[in-house]
Amino acid sequence: MTTSEAPAVAVRGLRKSYGTLEAVKGVEFDVRPGEVFGFLGPNGAGKTTTISMLCTLVKPTGGSALVAGHDVVRERDEVRRNIGLVFQDPTLDGYLSAEQNLRFHAELYGVPRDVVGERIKQVLEMVALWDRREAKVNTFSGGMKRRLEIARGLLHSPRVLFLDEPTVGLDPQTRSAIWGYINKLRHTEDITIFMTTHYMDEAEYCDRIAIIDHGEIVVIDSPEKLKAGVGKDRVQIQTADDETAIAALKERFALDAAVHEGMVTFAVASGEAFVPRLFSDLGVPIRSVSVSRPSLDDVFMNYTGSTIRDADGESGASAIMRARARR
Amino acid sequence: MATGVTAPGVVQVRVPGRSVRHDLRAIKIVLHRELLRFVNDRTRMVSTLVQPVLWLFVMGTGLSTLIAGGARQGVDFRTFMYPGVIAMTVITTAMFSAGSIVWDREFGFLREMLVAPVGRGSIVIGKCLGGGIVATAQGVIILALAGLVHVPYSPTLILTLLGEMFLASVTITAFGVSLAARMKNMQSFFGIMQMAIMPMIFLSGAVFPLANLPGWLALLTKINPLTYAVDPMRHAVFSHLSVSPQVVDALNPGVHWFGWHVPVGVELGIVALMGVALLGVAIAQFRRTE
Repeated sequence: MTTSEAPAVAVRGLRKSYGTLEAVKGVEFDVRPGEVFGFLGPNGAGKTTTISMLCTLVKPTGGSALVAGHDVVRERDEVRRNIGLVFQDPTLDGYLSAEQNLRFHAELYGVPRDVVGERIKQVLEMVALWDRREAKVNTFSGGMKRRLEIARGLLHSPRVLFLDEPTVGLDPQTRSAIWGYINKLRHTEDITIFMTTHYMDEAEYCDRIAIIDHGEIVVIDSPEKLKAGVGKDRVQIQTADDETAIAALKERFALDAAVHEGMVTFAVASGEAFVPRLFSDLGVPIRSVSVSRPSLDDVFMNYTGSTIRDADGESGASAIMRARARR
Repeated sequence: MATGVTAPGVVQVRVPGRSVRHDLRAIKIVLHRELLRFVNDRTRMVSTLVQPVLWLFVMGTGLSTLIAGGARQGVDFRTFMYPGVIAMTVITTAMFSAGSIVWDREFGFLREMLVAPVGRGSIVIGKCLGGGIVATAQGVIILALAGLVHVPYSPTLILTLLGEMFLASVTITAFGVSLAARMKNMQSFFGIMQMAIMPMIFLSGAVFPLANLPGWLALLTKINPLTYAVDPMRHAVFSHLSVSPQVVDALNPGVHWFGWHVPVGVELGIVALMGVALLGVAIAQFRRTE
């Protein structure tokens, strides 16, 4: 897609401490030009701090980061000129119209005058807001505002677009619409996308994801490879007697099973090949069986030892709760 | 810079490097937004007018019945109040403009400005010039009321007042922005603003003449920077009235430093210098945020 070989984002030993709290503990990664790179982790894992350092909003405590070939500390303005930003919280002027908001941005970023009008039309059409260009942003729904922010982030043709939780707080329909725009973007514009999310299903859209937990990157790879790396499939069975079935699984196959969603659930390598053995050797009648490939939830669990929802709950709770949970 | 392949018909924008022209564009658009916001916000326009009209026609009329004889001879007390009321209008409007920075922070828009590849200076200068123009525009409405308080509609007077109003309002906006730069919510800004502005207005000669004051009060009025913004306006108004020298002495005494009558030019110079200094403070405060 691009002719430039250098990584769009290159991060080495990047750290950020707030007092004694180490929010980001020396992360390292490269983002290839043209890819959609996702940062996946629970709230408080250091996603926003990392993205803020890459966008020159927060000064790193240590390490280095190059964005579009420019150092985020020494060449701040160069970095800013080459990136587009969409934050978690809206940063629009509600009293101005959609078009006025974009004009403001174009002037502030020094977009050449002869292309401003054309470019505004293009980005607004992309997010299907051209018809609403004269409406005050205050009259927009949350999803429309987010779309407008994405359009604005693209206005100055950035090399890298940063999206911090682009779909948080939006309804499922709007979320999929926003993903539609992001996918379209990859084909129409020469751009690299860096995003953070804590939605597992959204991480699937990324070319590669980095799982971040407690300020450290646990693993980086494509969603497919990560899932393959887990190695085990999820098997769920319905039986006449769940307790006997669980005991039998433990005894005969050395598998730990538990009841989830009303079904006996366990993880096993090559689940489909395991099913015939299960039927012949379990000794408990089986009414139904389902085998599913590992999801990113399983990947996350595999690498961090907790599900992302558990981790979200933990970071939201107090230290006492955390200590209690470890006990 | 390597250019990639983009789909046909896509407008690819090349953003040029930092230049003075770019900074000027940034100043202009920040200023432009201030004006748009002012024009769109009728309630604000009306509400900032209520106070001066109250001062001029309610307080002014009421007080004029108290101050019988003496200095009042030949001059309506409201005529005396007039330049003070202009100053008050301009100051309140300018402070409101500055306060919108806190509002912008609360609603996130400040972030859009702070992450742009422009100097913080351009943003602050744009904001202050915008605040200055908006406050001057608000003052124009008071200028239109001149006839009601026996002040002539002389072109030179109007031009002089416009210039003085603009100078004062840019300075006040810079003062407000330097206060607002670090504030996180509107309530605390308005608290601080009330605390700073009320005494400054009282001690500026806007509501009572600076003649024959007790020593301590006279001293306070002399160290109040606002005094040097109000006095030139009063001087301009009085130079277009035909009144006796005694009346001028009582109502338009000017500012004296150890017996030296400070000329209008010096007063305006003080206001301008302060404006530049406060602009510097505001920019420095902004550089330290985030």
